[in-house]
Amino acid sequence: MRRSMLFLPGNTPNILINGAYLGADAVILDLEDAVSPDEKDAARILVRNAIRTLDFSRCEVIVRINSLDTDFWQADLDTIVPCRPHWIMLPKTARSEDVQRCDEYLTALEAKLGFAPLTVRLMPLIETALGVENAFAIATAAKRVGALFLGAEDLTADLQCKRTKASREIEYARGRMVVAARAAGVDVYDTPFTDVNDAEGMEADARCAKALGFTGKASISPRHVEIINRVFSPTLAEIDYAYEVLEAIAQGKAQGKGAVSLRGKMIDAPIVARARQTIAAAEALGLGKGEAK
Amino acid sequence: MTKVVSSLREAIERAGLKDGMTVSFHHHLRNGDYVLNMVMQEIADLGVGGLTVNASSLFDVHLPLLDHIQSGVVSTLQTDYMAAGLGRAISRGAMANPVQFRTHGGRPADMARGVTPVDVAFIAAPACDCMGNCSGKFGPSACGSLGYAMADARYAKHVVIITDHLVPYPLQGWSIPETEVDSVVTVDSIGDPKGIVSGTTRITRDPVGLVMASYAARVIEHSGLLKDGFSFQTGAGGASLAAASFLKDIMLRDKIRGSFGLGGITGYMVDMLRAGCFEKLMDVQCFDLQAVESLREDPRHQEISAMHYASPVTKSAVVDSLDVVILGATEVDTDFNVNVHTDSNGYIMGGSGGHSDTAAGAKLSMIIAPLFRARLPIVTDRVHCISTPGKDIDVLVTQAGIAVNPKNGELADRLRSAGLPIVDIRALKEKAEGLTGKPAHLPQGQRVVADVISRDGQLLDQIRSVER
Amino acid sequence: MKEIRKKAWAGTMESSDAYVEVEPAQTLAVELQSVVQAQFGPAIEAAVADVAAQCGVTKGRVKVMDRGALECVIRARVETALLRGMEE
Repeated sequence: MRRSMLFLPGNTPNILINGAYLGADAVILDLEDAVSPDEKDAARILVRNAIRTLDFSRCEVIVRINSLDTDFWQADLDTIVPCRPHWIMLPKTARSEDVQRCDEYLTALEAKLGFAPLTVRLMPLIETALGVENAFAIATAAKRVGALFLGAEDLTADLQCKRTKASREIEYARGRMVVAARAAGVDVYDTPFTDVNDAEGMEADARCAKALGFTGKASISPRHVEIINRVFSPTLAEIDYAYEVLEAIAQGKAQGKGAVSLRGKMIDAPIVARARQTIAAAEALGLGKGEAK
Repeated sequence: MTKVVSSLREAIERAGLKDGMTVSFHHHLRNGDYVLNMVMQEIADLGVGGLTVNASSLFDVHLPLLDHIQSGVVSTLQTDYMAAGLGRAISRGAMANPVQFRTHGGRPADMARGVTPVDVAFIAAPACDCMGNCSGKFGPSACGSLGYAMADARYAKHVVIITDHLVPYPLQGWSIPETEVDSVVTVDSIGDPKGIVSGTTRITRDPVGLVMASYAARVIEHSGLLKDGFSFQTGAGGASLAAASFLKDIMLRDKIRGSFGLGGITGYMVDMLRAGCFEKLMDVQCFDLQAVESLREDPRHQEISAMHYASPVTKSAVVDSLDVVILGATEVDTDFNVNVHTDSNGYIMGGSGGHSDTAAGAKLSMIIAPLFRARLPIVTDRVHCISTPGKDIDVLVTQAGIAVNPKNGELADRLRSAGLPIVDIRALKEKAEGLTGKPAHLPQGQRVVADVISRDGQLLDQIRSVER
Repeated sequence: MKEIRKKAWAGTMESSDAYVEVEPAQTLAVELQSVVQAQFGPAIEAAVADVAAQCGVTKGRVKVMDRGALECVIRARVETALLRGMEE
């Protein structure tokens, strides 16, 4: 279950060494924006050693490499892939060709290292207008793509609009991303909320993303992780209801009924599908039946 | 009649101070205190020597004490806390006699029991009248509570008040009454307000501190103690304050009305009082100006003496009624013994203060400490110094999990079923050593440089010199 | 056989980090200042020598100022400084 993804600057040992303890389901070890150009070599080696040595068993490891228009991305992959991060995040992905270029490089590396194909998955970061327009093509460009991630800061600059807390300016992009990702059968992650001190705004923003269908949300502050995890977890009442739905269906089947209703409402296929999703999520989080009571 | 004498020298002479006597000081002016150095210099100039200095705490502003130790003016130190600069010199062997460390409750208890008689108490007071009624609540050097000084005033044979703010008789709202005072001295300034109020009493922004604070608040939430009438003490460290802030959110959300907040009081505790989390604050010491102002203005904010706070020999003390205390540690061992006296190299850099008093009294005593600091694991096989015995510690909270003292199995079950990550304390040690490597064992020095005396007067541990 | 060709450095003096300077020298020499010298001094020196060996560096002076960094951090900073110092 990956609800929260926490950005950690790749060249700051003090933060990296405690990254696994900050409550996030995944950490994004950042070699891109958080690292100045003359420290790319240092960050790459530090992140490699951190993944090799530290215990990240509590969370997934995602490494954000530098974009394809830099001189750094191949060296990033050469250094990082041998220590088997779960994901590579590719920033500024705008076309399916970007995914294919990165995928080919990863496939060759995996072969060279003797890794099984698709050991390392790819999460394109979509943060340009062209990327949003191509979201479905990007999501389906390679089998390696397992999730899309929307980055609103760069996107709004590209859209020539202001980034606001209300986020009206990214409504279309958010919707488009969710539809593209779901159509492609991959997960989809929302942009971070950047005001570290506004917990209420953070929660509202996360609720909005959840309502639109996002799988989870990234964060630049450990203080936001708990909120994101809470918002993107099923509530105990939802879990109990999901079990009731499946029970009613099972009973209906046993009694040979065609249509089943619960609490005066017909249970149709979408309700059953949602109940199954809720239970899968609850099981992944270790939440059992009846714990709401 | 007036008790005001013309000079500090006259006050010392009138007190009849002689070689080998004991003088005492309080630490409410903290690292801004001018009075201890001023008095000791005057005593040195008078040629008196071989003195015992009994101070409720010593800060690095008191480094001139080292000169008086070297010249023989001071031969013994008794204190509850010693900052790192002084501590380093003591650990290196600056004194022939071991320092006697007590607790904030044990100090007045040993005065009352006659174990540590005080000949002359020198009490810095931010406001005082000509007969010695004095208070910390008013004046340019206001420091709030004078809780620790109350013991000195009560038990010393001779009491000198030193003030920079003489007010007309009678001072209203006194903390120490004229009945206990022999003379009053006025000086230009008793302290530097910037050092009086420690600037470090802020909520942490450190992510690890916030994770620990969140765990700590949830431990309290699920301890079974968080209900109407709840009482609470926390330190002034960043993670402890963050824990208090998270606790406040839980109390307001669940509409829990606590009974009192205790201790060294910060603005965060004042906020909790004002928000309705507590009915009262019991204040032995103010840690910031907001606490000073609240003590002055709000009748629900009550000043208490060190005896009332923590003494084991009074008929009762507030710590005996305390539900939860959050404390710090430099080291914790696998038997839950806590060190707050020395750093990981064995140098003195602290002291119990109220640590072991509150740990002994509270129903739930919780240590917050990171898994490791600067590559040194917090959990060790055996702490360098036992400041608070493990029998009085219930829970250790780290970012990598929460260890519950095995004596408290029911609490462990409660916390586990609330979904908190409960781990064996030995697993925390192994996890930390997996990251840091196992530190080489440091040889201890030959000499005993300090005795750690428990709140009930027993020798709890000894601190040895550092000879590297 | 590789050697340090120029003065170079890596890392910072922040807590939990290490600052490493390398410069040309006739032999391999390691100099260490650490806040955990007493507990980890020999272990850190061994780690520095190990990284130098892995990088194939046999000539150069390596000065490490350790601020309580974990070994994986010290190794990263030493490796970065060595690679920078070996560049033309």
